[in-house]
Amino acid sequence: MLGLLETGSGFWSAIIWIVLVLVIGSIVIYIRNKGEDSYKKNTEQDKPFISGNPEESKEGSHLSASHIYWGFTEALKGYYNPLVKMHTGNINDYSSWIIVITVIILIMVGVSG
Amino acid sequence: MNLSNHIPILIIAIPLLAAFLVPLIGRINKKATGILTTFALSVSLILTIVLAVKILTVGPQVYVFGATSPSLTLPSGLKFPIRIMFQIDAMGIFMGLITAVVSFLGAIYSLPFIKKYDGVDKYYSLLLLLTVGMFGMEFTGDIFNFFVFLEIASIASVALISFRGVDYGEPAEAGFKYMVVSSISALMVLFAVGIFYGQYDILNFAAIASVIKYSQLDKIALGLLIPVLAMKAGAVPMHMWTPDAYSEAPAPITMILVAASQASLYALFRVVFSLYNISLNTLTVGWIIIIFGLLSMFIGVTMAIVQKDIKRLMAYHAVSQTGYMLLGVGVGLAVLANPVALQKYGITAMEGGIFHIMNHAMYKGLLFLTAGALFFRTGTRDLNKMGGLAHYMKYTTIFFIIGAAAIAGLPPFNGFASKLLIYESVYRFNPLLSIIAMVVSILTLASFVKVFHSAFLGPKLPQFKEVKEVPSSMVFAMAVLSCIIIFFGLFPDLIVKNLVHPAVMSLIEQLQYTGTALGGM
Repeated sequence: MLGLLETGSGFWSAIIWIVLVLVIGSIVIYIRNKGEDSYKKNTEQDKPFISGNPEESKEGSHLSASHIYWGFTEALKGYYNPLVKMHTGNINDYSSWIIVITVIILIMVGVSG
Repeated sequence: MNLSNHIPILIIAIPLLAAFLVPLIGRINKKATGILTTFALSVSLILTIVLAVKILTVGPQVYVFGATSPSLTLPSGLKFPIRIMFQIDAMGIFMGLITAVVSFLGAIYSLPFIKKYDGVDKYYSLLLLLTVGMFGMEFTGDIFNFFVFLEIASIASVALISFRGVDYGEPAEAGFKYMVVSSISALMVLFAVGIFYGQYDILNFAAIASVIKYSQLDKIALGLLIPVLAMKAGAVPMHMWTPDAYSEAPAPITMILVAASQASLYALFRVVFSLYNISLNTLTVGWIIIIFGLLSMFIGVTMAIVQKDIKRLMAYHAVSQTGYMLLGVGVGLAVLANPVALQKYGITAMEGGIFHIMNHAMYKGLLFLTAGALFFRTGTRDLNKMGGLAHYMKYTTIFFIIGAAAIAGLPPFNGFASKLLIYESVYRFNPLLSIIAMVVSILTLASFVKVFHSAFLGPKLPQFKEVKEVPSSMVFAMAVLSCIIIFFGLFPDLIVKNLVHPAVMSLIEQLQYTGTALGGM
């Protein structure tokens, strides 16, 4: 069958996947379109719930890149601090890494037989 | 004269000739330089496709320079080839196709992108030379000739990375850094070439492969070639030049630089498979490559997450994706001496890794072009300063979504197909490696969600009210890459069966490689 990729443990077909997504998507859209009886348009229900705080302007509420995943990087400070420090931007360090890795590989290849 | 016999050299000669013509034409008409470059690269692309069809139907092709017949590898009863030779098998042409596509699309994208800068003729001349260097690295069957083409590609890359250096400091600095690391790698490659020549008196890849003894000197040559080629491919921890170079080069050049890095990756695979093959300790060297892959995947993606410059972020992802290729092919190498494991999952792992090379060239190329489109219109690469651009750049937004979904390995795009091959086969070698690869995919998705949110989503920002979609030739280049990504995603079996599998087998079967050049010795 065209589009059927044998992976060694099974197969993958993007065509079958798309058909399945369309079928499942249609069911989801059908259920969604049936609607929620208690919903009333143009009422408080339309507004976002932000614990009673006033809603910010759209321009003011755009989250910039630096704030995204702040918690992730903060929690992994122990990993990130040395890693970022390692990236000095200094060409001497770049060259040193090449030399160090070359020596390690020479030793590994040399002793491995 | 049968011109079809000369296709291998024409693929290189046409852009080379154009590279020297462009500055002359530029003196008469600046606009014509881009058109001439695009035309030369389109001819190269067509010839590469013709050669690919020939190789995949007839078999590997050789082109001997200066011989009475281009296929005469051993004239006058010689035991070994002494002339410079192109030896193009399924793996070589696989890489050649990538080079042909990205350089052609890079030239088209450059037409409006580079117009505002001075020295456009030099830009196109260098772009053509870079393409020539890449083709040469992929086609040559001579190790010294490989060094020459590596140098051509490196020198052209340095100048192209620094292209905007007249106005800004950073591109010049990035170019300088690339020049230093390239010089180190070139010296080490030259040293390895000297080792081979000193021992065997030959420079032909296949001829060396047929007599290689895996002596202590051969081990030293291998120990020099692996790290420098891995470094040129952007493997961690020698990857640090990539964010500098990829972010400062003009976007179409960054796309071509990704393919140039992959040409070095190809050289690494060529060395370990075609030159040494099972004469080396495949398990040790396989694990060295796997460790490079793991480090590249994980450190690349985690460093990408914290970036604020869109091109630096994408550059770290390029490092991360190179890890997948190293992982897949590294597993294949680790089990190369074990026929049962090789058949069970080794070949599939290599197919995943090699397929990922092509997929990566397409989607990473597309992503760099979308980043270039954003820079072209907003004048910034800082994600903190962007927002709401989907309102103004609808096509670019769609192309970005396609590229981002593909790199994150979301079905039905091409990245998913190659990653699935890697996951399933590598799992049978070592489940932990496969799990790490999947985690890296999730982090990749997270990282591109960040880019999508910060650059494209959100309300219209007043500073971008003048922003509009990029010119049509830039849209065209991105559209072609998007179509390739979708096609490869929908019909991965066609690509794996007709392009990837023959490429993998041409790496594994060393005897066929040596036999092509040595006439079945």
